[in-house]
Amino acid sequence: MFGFSLRPRKASASTAKERLQILLAHERSGGTRPDCLPQLQRDILEVIRRHMQIGDEAIDIRMERGDELSSLEINIEFPGKLGMN
Amino acid sequence: MSKDLIPEAPLGKVIVVTSGKGGVGKTTTSAAVGAELARRGHKTVVIDFDVGLRNLDMIMGCERRVVFDFINVIQGDAKLKQALIRDRRLETLSVLPTSQTRDKDALTREGVEKVLEELRQDFDYIICDSPAGIERGAQMAMYFADEAIVVTNPEVSSVRDSDRVLGLLNSITERAGKEGAEPVKAQVLITRHNKARIDSGEMMPVEDVLEILAVPLLGIIPESAAVLRASNLGVPVVLDEPSAAGTAYEDAAGRLIGEQIEMRIAADRRPGLLQRLFGRTA
Repeated sequence: MFGFSLRPRKASASTAKERLQILLAHERSGGTRPDCLPQLQRDILEVIRRHMQIGDEAIDIRMERGDELSSLEINIEFPGKLGMN
Repeated sequence: MSKDLIPEAPLGKVIVVTSGKGGVGKTTTSAAVGAELARRGHKTVVIDFDVGLRNLDMIMGCERRVVFDFINVIQGDAKLKQALIRDRRLETLSVLPTSQTRDKDALTREGVEKVLEELRQDFDYIICDSPAGIERGAQMAMYFADEAIVVTNPEVSSVRDSDRVLGLLNSITERAGKEGAEPVKAQVLITRHNKARIDSGEMMPVEDVLEILAVPLLGIIPESAAVLRASNLGVPVVLDEPSAAGTAYEDAAGRLIGEQIEMRIAADRRPGLLQRLFGRTA
């Protein structure tokens, strides 16, 4: 009874530890090298431009880091009818 | 005002959160004030100027979503729109994270000016979270400021450093150098305020700090367990469960935008034994 009533909800400290573990695993592995993503963006734009004309603003990169896996979401807006192909 | 007739242009006010001394609560303050202004419906962005020691993203809880950063934008590797992270709790709130891998030399005055100019077109409030110190990073964070929140603990080294920072705000900023410009409007925010220790004479009271610094008081934030909890969770303290610190930050943000709010020192209510035994009602 006392164990239950005296303990606050889930301790925030364990959340802090989990968040740090995920983040630091990425930082230590060099996943945040300064030029990795800008270079990736340039490369993607270059490849797409071999096939169609798109502007510099047409690309949108989002990332979500997780403990098991991370996802990189790349959205490219095509002008007009090209998107129908 | 003609608010209902024409869409109002964003206010575009740049506010630096600075202190000189480290660990006094600049990032906690930036996150809390930014979130509170956003909650009141003002479009707000919080920028991390602490290049190389990125932490605002953790305090705001968006660390897993950083793709591009402030430095990428300054160097032309990403558009501002790509680097801004929209808060998932408040759609009026955005974060511009800094780089974890570069150093402060990557901040150029021209680059910072360009980014701030662009943000002024879209946001009402642009909160610049300064690094500790008075070197390049801190100077870049304050250079273009319209207003300043000087975060101060009631403790000798913090007060001394705040005085130094107030001097810089009046000498090295754009407003200080411009003929006829209003000086940067600086207000002090007392954090880690501990009423019991002040009452027992162990800690300087607010009046003494204000007498020494001679600037207006923006607010008094009590020392509170809620601040550590919010940082653990990655939630600005005003968006977490109600707390004395959260309420104090809400008041401070209100005063920052000109509301008349009486200065009050809230305390966290400690649940009594009976309350703890029979469940939490608060």
